[in-house]
Amino acid sequence: MTIGIGHYLTVAACLFTVGMLGIFLNRKNVIVILMSIELMLLAVNINLVAFSYYLGDLVGQVFALFNLTVAAAEAAIGLAIVVVYFRNRGSIAVEDINMMKG
Amino acid sequence: MALTAGFFYLFAVLCVAAAVMVIVAKNPVHAVLFLILAFFNAAGLFVLLGAEFLAMLLIIVYVGAVAVLFLFVVMMLDVDFAELRAGFIKNAPVGLIVGGIVLAELVALFVGGGFGLGIAQNPGAPLTELGHETSNTQALGLVLYTRYVFFFEIAGLVLLVAMVGAIVLTLQHRTGVRRQSIAKQVARTPATGVEIVKVPPGGAVIPAEAQG
Repeated sequence: MTIGIGHYLTVAACLFTVGMLGIFLNRKNVIVILMSIELMLLAVNINLVAFSYYLGDLVGQVFALFNLTVAAAEAAIGLAIVVVYFRNRGSIAVEDINMMKG
Repeated sequence: MALTAGFFYLFAVLCVAAAVMVIVAKNPVHAVLFLILAFFNAAGLFVLLGAEFLAMLLIIVYVGAVAVLFLFVVMMLDVDFAELRAGFIKNAPVGLIVGGIVLAELVALFVGGGFGLGIAQNPGAPLTELGHETSNTQALGLVLYTRYVFFFEIAGLVLLVAMVGAIVLTLQHRTGVRRQSIAKQVARTPATGVEIVKVPPGGAVIPAEAQG
């Protein structure tokens, strides 16, 4: 029973789908949507590291490192926007965010 | 090999289960804690794949910084989270349909060997020309600081911009707070600081600000 690359890719696919499902299910809660995006980025990282291991190429891990950087920056900015929005409007429900009528 | 397979299934099942709990948990604090559990299990998967540095980075950066940031925000905002879950059941069918289709397609693609991965795989090959002597961290550093040094610096710049942006967004200037103004203090001269008043005999001096 050897663990091949398909196993890891399947786990990553499950994680990615769960993250996508989270965006569908919690359509009103910005914080859970941000957490779902983190889950999807984690799935991408698992894919990159799995390919790095099974193809014997370190570049996948380097890319996963940059991916982590961007994910951390995104979470910090997103949460800052959520805090500022809550301070101004007293709510973080997604359907209330329509001031610009976009 | 059986031990590796056992740990793989342990980490994989726990990771996906924790991810499911993140999106269905009623209490957002529990959701953040399950997110931390998912990150820990993903770090376990990374260790199984020989990426020890990324595994430790995941634990330190994600669990130590990002997940705690989420926890802070969830606890700081006084939001009625039960109200935000109102559309949960209503959105479930379409979400399950789309998610099921995406999952089936992805798994069919990967398991069916769509990329010819069965022949291309070379697991556990030495990642640098130094062979298996180098640790994962050393191997990563050898390429990160040489061939990818500009990307590395741009990553640092991205983090700097994110830090400045987060601070600028959340900074609030309060009015009515008496702050020390060093420039004003240094710029003060005897001419502006001292007022010489001629006091008439038997008279009194009333300060200018008390009059106005």
